[in-house]
Amino acid sequence: MGQTMIEKIIGAHTSESVHPGKTVWMEIDVRSARDFGGANVVKNFQTHYPGEIVDDVKKTFFTFDCVVPANTIPYASNQQTCRDFAKDQGIKLYDVDAGIGSHVDIEEGLALPGGVIVGTDSHLNIMGAVGAFGQGMGDQDIAFAFKAGKTWFEVPPTMKVTIKGDLPENCTAKDLTLEVVRVLGSKGALGRAVEFYGDAIDKLSLPGRITLASMATEMGAITGLLPPNQEVIDYCTQRADGRSVRPYYADEDANYVKELTIDISELTPRIASPPKPDNVSPVSDLANQTIDGVFIGSCTNGSYKDISEVAKFVKGKKVFPGVMAKVVPATREIYGKLLGEGHIQTLYDSGFIVSNPGCGGCASGQIGMTGKGEVQVSTSNRNFTGKQGAGDTYLASPMTAAASAILGRIGTASEVV
Amino acid sequence: MPSTKFKGRAWVILDEQGEIIDDIDTDMIFHNSYLAITEIEKMGQYTFDNLEGYKDFAQKAKPGDLVFVGANFGSGSSRQQAVGCFRSLGVSCIVANSYGAIYKRNAINSGFPILTIKDINFTDPNEPGMIKSGDELEIDLEKATIHRDGLQVGTLEPFSKVQKDIYMAGDIFEYAKEL
Ligand code: SF4
Repeated sequence: MGQTMIEKIIGAHTSESVHPGKTVWMEIDVRSARDFGGANVVKNFQTHYPGEIVDDVKKTFFTFDCVVPANTIPYASNQQTCRDFAKDQGIKLYDVDAGIGSHVDIEEGLALPGGVIVGTDSHLNIMGAVGAFGQGMGDQDIAFAFKAGKTWFEVPPTMKVTIKGDLPENCTAKDLTLEVVRVLGSKGALGRAVEFYGDAIDKLSLPGRITLASMATEMGAITGLLPPNQEVIDYCTQRADGRSVRPYYADEDANYVKELTIDISELTPRIASPPKPDNVSPVSDLANQTIDGVFIGSCTNGSYKDISEVAKFVKGKKVFPGVMAKVVPATREIYGKLLGEGHIQTLYDSGFIVSNPGCGGCASGQIGMTGKGEVQVSTSNRNFTGKQGAGDTYLASPMTAAASAILGRIGTASEVV
Repeated sequence: MPSTKFKGRAWVILDEQGEIIDDIDTDMIFHNSYLAITEIEKMGQYTFDNLEGYKDFAQKAKPGDLVFVGANFGSGSSRQQAVGCFRSLGVSCIVANSYGAIYKRNAINSGFPILTIKDINFTDPNEPGMIKSGDELEIDLEKATIHRDGLQVGTLEPFSKVQKDIYMAGDIFEYAKEL
């Protein structure tokens, strides 16, 4: 019997036989903790393994991204706890300047196709973008992984989603992603791995893949995997520092618990209204909604492609008076490239606020929150009450967010003259 | 040796329409404004304080209580406090239709018994075996059953091997010592 992508990846990391529902012990290639959960990981490690060292420092990392640099004393202290521990143990730490951990993992070649990556970030399944298995875990789990280098895992059943048709000109990977979230709903892939296929998926660039994979969480999935195309393999090979890149693909006769086709040939820009990510409708349905701010960034839409496209679009135009338009690149590398290419100047001239890289507006980060009654269009992945402030958060693509910033209300790029 | 039998008072977490609540996320269980708390003793008081209708749960819960919830319980973030808060109150176990993936791992790894049940009657008083808040129930982990007054009112999914091994050892750290 053939195997799905997740079954092959897990199979390559265990000596046990792999089939859905079975629990196996799995070797882990990358174990990481971020700034918040990190302090609790350290505390758990020190409580349960006093005086001991981590299994393999070369596979263990800290990535600071939630609140960077820290803006409260508890955050600052938590980060310092991690720094002290990392220094003691010789663990590499990506500090407050580096950017979002999951993106840093890909840029630095830590996350490679076919790999297994765990950390305290619930959106680590973003690794599906490069055909790797990423998994967010709690702080006891990660403390254990730091020490043992492996963990138990229940092999999930796999579901196959085929995207039919080409992505229309006026749509982006985020519109496609929101459409998939709409069709599947918040529990549509609960406890499952999802594999994505179709021409539109083959053609998706790495940033677009990141956008789709990042929102597998909002479909309830354990992970969403995209079979790596040549662009992904080349990108990862360049960054692998000589290590071989070995993607896994599903067998022809792999077994799926469910198969589903979503036609996107007639897709129009999409938006998710608060408070649920699957509350998705065409942007045009909300054209009367005025806004107070936009946030362009996060692990879902903070790539160079996302932000440079916004910069090109807003060049020579002005943010609507009174709208706070915030841009946060995902990583320092992206920030540098935007700076070098003049995009940050363009954004500045149009009236945008551009901050240093990190999670930014997504989780009470360095760029602030919304107040009660405030309406914000955000390119991140969750619009739960309270996640990005007390206001109402709508989820949309960077282009829709940028257009809305200029219009002063929710709208699409085609409405901006 | 951890107990495999629980006797206690049921909490059935229903909405205003009297339906069991699905998708209770980690922010409803333990809101992110309390995330700086790391001592288990301090967690209990905030349990469900962001869940409509149950904001006073922490004051009313008693050690030994059994909590029944719907599908996808504990979806959302990876915070361990969303498990710790129930331990802190002395709740014996949680019974749900299903769990968010990270929540499930966090509970299993910390040796907190979470149980899964497919068919259970919370809403139809005309059918036998309806479970309601306040019922005194007995749960047997080995037999995977729920009883009330000696009568079986529910069948649980048995623990997986890993879950059982970790539970019997205490938590993942204790269990790992035996590996
Ligand atoms: S950007 Fe938001 S969702 Fe992504 S890792 Fe950061 S806090 Fe989590």
